[in-house]
Amino acid sequence: MSLPRTVKEASELIRKREVSPVELAELFLERIGAVDEKINSYITVWEEESLEAARAAEKRISAGDYLGPLHGVPMALKDIFTTKDTRTTCGSRMLRDFVSPYDSTVARKLRESGAVILGKNNMDEFAMGSSNETSWFGPVKNPWNTLRVPGGSSGGSAAATAANLCVASVGTDTGGSVRQPCSLCGVVGMKPTYGRVSRFGMIAFASSLDQAGPIAKTVEDAAIILSRIEGRDPLDSTSVNAPRRDYAGGLREDLKGIRVGVPKEYFVSGMDPEVSESVRRAVEELESLGAGIVEISLPHTRYAVSTYYIIAPSEASSNLARYDGVRYTYRCEEPESLRDMFFRSRSEGFGEEVKRRIMLGTYALSAGYYDAYYLKAQKVRTLIMRDFEDAWEKVDVIASATSPETAFGIGEKTADPVKMYLSDVLTIPCNIAGLPGISVPCGLSSENLPIGLQIMGRPFAEQTVLNVAHAYERQTVWHEKRPPLSRAPD
Amino acid sequence: MKISEKDVLDTAELARLEFDGETLAKLTGELEDILARINDLAELDTENVEPTSHVLDLSIPMRKDEVNQSITTEQALRNAPGKEDGFFAVPKVIESPE
Repeated sequence: MSLPRTVKEASELIRKREVSPVELAELFLERIGAVDEKINSYITVWEEESLEAARAAEKRISAGDYLGPLHGVPMALKDIFTTKDTRTTCGSRMLRDFVSPYDSTVARKLRESGAVILGKNNMDEFAMGSSNETSWFGPVKNPWNTLRVPGGSSGGSAAATAANLCVASVGTDTGGSVRQPCSLCGVVGMKPTYGRVSRFGMIAFASSLDQAGPIAKTVEDAAIILSRIEGRDPLDSTSVNAPRRDYAGGLREDLKGIRVGVPKEYFVSGMDPEVSESVRRAVEELESLGAGIVEISLPHTRYAVSTYYIIAPSEASSNLARYDGVRYTYRCEEPESLRDMFFRSRSEGFGEEVKRRIMLGTYALSAGYYDAYYLKAQKVRTLIMRDFEDAWEKVDVIASATSPETAFGIGEKTADPVKMYLSDVLTIPCNIAGLPGISVPCGLSSENLPIGLQIMGRPFAEQTVLNVAHAYERQTVWHEKRPPLSRAPD
Repeated sequence: MKISEKDVLDTAELARLEFDGETLAKLTGELEDILARINDLAELDTENVEPTSHVLDLSIPMRKDEVNQSITTEQALRNAPGKEDGFFAVPKVIESPE
């Protein structure tokens, strides 16, 4: 049989008893075994744990206890979410043997929804990167062209989903880490409003920006997954008690009365003309579905990258102070003293990009520079948020490209950190303002590489964002396109 | 903004990181490039702007002060590279007097 590609297809097969969760898990494991060496999208494959979960799902479904659309569906998780009694590496040598004593809330909720987790996806080390080249476990490759990057930092999750090595996955997005790789791999990825999904057990990078989000092949699938993972969690005091919704059930296909803002600042200089052309056509498509198009201005957009590259490394330098050779698996050989243990364990355990960001953050927070960098960035954060508040007076959602370019070559930007940082220029503002945003496929370039459309919305307006993305997706064929690797024989 | 190798070494000391000579020179150049890029924030007048540390308008939620099930000592020590008698073990901290 051909493998189901979406949650909807898989759950229908399961409900009609055309395939059992165990058969499905076996088929996906087989496909991972045959294909993943080409793209390196998994750090750990759960050969046994997944079959055990599949057997439990099968038993429960046979007994008439059906838990809903994720029950028995093969999924994956970015290796940043702790999973009880199995290793969670965060793509780092520092945590290569780390085994968590508890499940992250996202992992727990997926298990409680009956999902069968196939394994843990590769990622940029500690989620720091836009290309998945900083992983200690080697780079992930883009299934559309294995000489290209998949984007990052949730590149393993996006590549595995695109190549159908899992039906869907969950990633994390601090400055675009769900949306940008989904754009580059031609799948759907959503960053919910900050506070929508619990961060408990999600290894911290920048705590005021980090948010988990679904990676899937359709907007409807992303909606189904979001409904299962969101919600207030007593274990994360920043998680919000917003009304829970059946997002998938609430999806609409027309856009009458919706005002779509198109910010002129998001057509940045140096943008790939094929990307801007696809986004312009996508906006026309939204108009043909009944939306009103309004040109808007978000004047502080150009300062978002600088703001981010002060705030995120500052928070990271603090969060990563805990990796000191005492508690989290990695310690250098034969330390001569406590001091030697701290310095060598950290210098050996962290990779180049992580060290660069810890240094940047430590510098920005250090005496004499705090006001000029960290405090200044927090004030500009306020200005960026005000831009959006002004925009919401005129429009309901904002549309732009997700990434200014298609997938770039492996190694192309590794020598120039600033160039790499600019990959996130269009996704960062959403994190700075805490807004929901989604990336949905909107074209293929002349080199047959995916292009992504980003839709952003007001805080907690996930349903509106999903509606616009869904209506667009129903009207177009881009989500049906498969990477050449996805068609590789099973 | 100029950043010297000495600034980088001072920062590395705070961050508990060490770099050899060649890496230090490379890193100094990279940090200088990054700081040059992010210095565009200085153009903005933020005199009367309040800083945002967090996007959500949240008050700290309170819970009852009750004893809950937590992880065990054994679980807490599971990932420790050095442990002894139910504690984390590290190289000797207090030196005996000369």
